[in-house]
Amino acid sequence: MWIEQNQLDIKTIKYIDEKGKALQTDISLSEQQLLEMYKGMVKARVFDVRAMKLQRQGRIGTYAPLQGQEAAQIGSAYATGEKDWIYPSYREIGVSIMKGMPMERLFMYTMGHLEGLAQHAANVFPVQIIIGAQYLHAVGGAWASQYQKEDSVAVAYIGDGGTSEGDFHEALNFAGVYKLPIVFVVQNNQWAISVPFEKQTASKTIAQKALAYGITGVRVDGNDVVAMYMTMKQAIEKAKAGEPVLIEAVTFRQGPHTTADDPTKYRLPDEESEWGEKDPLVRIKKYLTESGSWNEEKDQQLFDEMAELVTQAFTKAQSEEPSQLTDVFEHIYKEKTPQLVEQQVQAEGEKRP
Amino acid sequence: MTMMTIVQAINQALESEMEKDERIILLGEDIGKNGGVFRVTDRLFEKFGERRVVDTPIAESAIIGAAVGMAARGLRPIAEIQFMGFVFEAMDQLVAQAARLRFRSGGTQTAPMVIRVPYGGGIRAPELHSDSLESVFAHSPGLKIVMPSSPYDAKGLLIAAMRDPDPVLFLEPMKLYRAFQEEVPEEEYTVEIGKANKLREGEDLTIITWGPPVYTVKAVAEKWWTEKGVSIEIIDLRTVAPLDIETIIASVEKTEHVIIVHEAVKTGGIGAEIAAVISEKALYSLAAPILRVAGYDTPYPTAMVEEEWLPNEKRINAAITAVLEE
Repeated sequence: MWIEQNQLDIKTIKYIDEKGKALQTDISLSEQQLLEMYKGMVKARVFDVRAMKLQRQGRIGTYAPLQGQEAAQIGSAYATGEKDWIYPSYREIGVSIMKGMPMERLFMYTMGHLEGLAQHAANVFPVQIIIGAQYLHAVGGAWASQYQKEDSVAVAYIGDGGTSEGDFHEALNFAGVYKLPIVFVVQNNQWAISVPFEKQTASKTIAQKALAYGITGVRVDGNDVVAMYMTMKQAIEKAKAGEPVLIEAVTFRQGPHTTADDPTKYRLPDEESEWGEKDPLVRIKKYLTESGSWNEEKDQQLFDEMAELVTQAFTKAQSEEPSQLTDVFEHIYKEKTPQLVEQQVQAEGEKRP
Repeated sequence: MTMMTIVQAINQALESEMEKDERIILLGEDIGKNGGVFRVTDRLFEKFGERRVVDTPIAESAIIGAAVGMAARGLRPIAEIQFMGFVFEAMDQLVAQAARLRFRSGGTQTAPMVIRVPYGGGIRAPELHSDSLESVFAHSPGLKIVMPSSPYDAKGLLIAAMRDPDPVLFLEPMKLYRAFQEEVPEEEYTVEIGKANKLREGEDLTIITWGPPVYTVKAVAEKWWTEKGVSIEIIDLRTVAPLDIETIIASVEKTEHVIIVHEAVKTGGIGAEIAAVISEKALYSLAAPILRVAGYDTPYPTAMVEEEWLPNEKRINAAITAVLEE
């Protein structure tokens, strides 16, 4: 028999529709938890919008916005435990915020501050620039946790474009062969810079790629924070039992790839407005409002509160002592080589008039 | 003390460290039941099991990338790349990930791991099996590059590499794997990474070398002494990154004549770096130009011409004559 992708019946998991109506009855989240996720999403959105403005003003460097992907990021991160490890790409600002990364650190990173490289959140690997490379670090991390019998899962993030890289496939293959405690999250935001999903892969879905590696795949509405949370929770349980999972979160990058990119060159406004109606913040807000626990007044208050926190974080980042050239010689090796010692002395000498 | 080849010395270093340190995991292609294509990991699978000696799928990037993740989370992976020409598949994970993790995490994450790679020519191997690529990696801050030339050094340096807090590229000369045996202590010992070995004292000329050419140079130096009374000092670098500049400069200041001999292609090689360092620090000690005897700037050639291509006695003799006549 020929195996064809048309034989696959892949459905998209959804808990709340675009109008904020619940589609499933087994939502095991308290109102408190739903609010915490919503707050996380608002925090990420406010940070993101501000970062874009600050970049345009020349006050921070290149920034990769996440707007539109808040549900995929916050829902998945909220489902992780303290011991679980995150392996992010450069777009997982929302995940980092949810995992407790101080926002001033995120600003410092984009400002090119050496100290901004240091990780100050629990169990978050450094931001990865090379597409897909972090998938293998997550494999190694999951391997270490399996070997050392830690009760933790590695969560690796990537975009749809990243699934074309060899490292993605090598990672899924290793995870399947060694039955590693790992959850691979693909935020399929439809665009890898200017290349649309259908030009990235001939697969109808990303989720189905899991089958080739003998692991479980699942497709989720990535703009539905409840669906993301519920799926992630189950995926983590499976992963802990030695069944790696690939989650495809179907979402949309509302902004440019980075501040150096102009999506009007490759994307039609229709697509943007269509996805704008599916905005992840609007959906959960409608759901919360419907259930009576939320209203416009509280919403405005929350946005104001987050704006204040972001302002404080940026002020703090700005007040940090600037990096000095002499600092670049730290953290190359545990102990400096004779060459580094010599060059550091030279660098310090050149600084003097 | 026991007589051992380099293969046996490396095998023993792996075995004794694995006995002591549960965090050490070996991963690579065919290293398990097969014991590695050169039998370097022979019997380790039987002794330590598949949990610690892992036969991986053929995926160099994954071998190194997974090792980075393991190392960052408390394990001590020893990854094997089967032949050096295959290391390009893992370039990103080696130079952009392993080497830089400490820096790009502001010192909060590290990848203490060893990457073992057989390298070098003179064994009539197929294409991409014989290349000497140390200078490709020496340009990547964050990596240490160790290249032993003897069983004693191989064991001591490998144990030091396994205990090192930074990623170490450990290059094993295929041609010397079983070329000879020497006395090696049964017990553990380390040879310091970053320190060269003065193999032979001399007054008239310094030859700096590492890996397989060490033996060609030794033979040549013996002949110059017995036949012409010329005394040649030989420095075996053992580590090409970081370089032991102190030992190099002290020798140059004494002999005032320098030749660098390496198998890797000449242009942009470690030899060029050494010549630059000497010119920065000891130019006025020199009585003659620094000469390099190296592989030619071609892809590693086919078997019929490799002996002529490699730094052989004839080419080294010609360089010595030129330097001493200057």
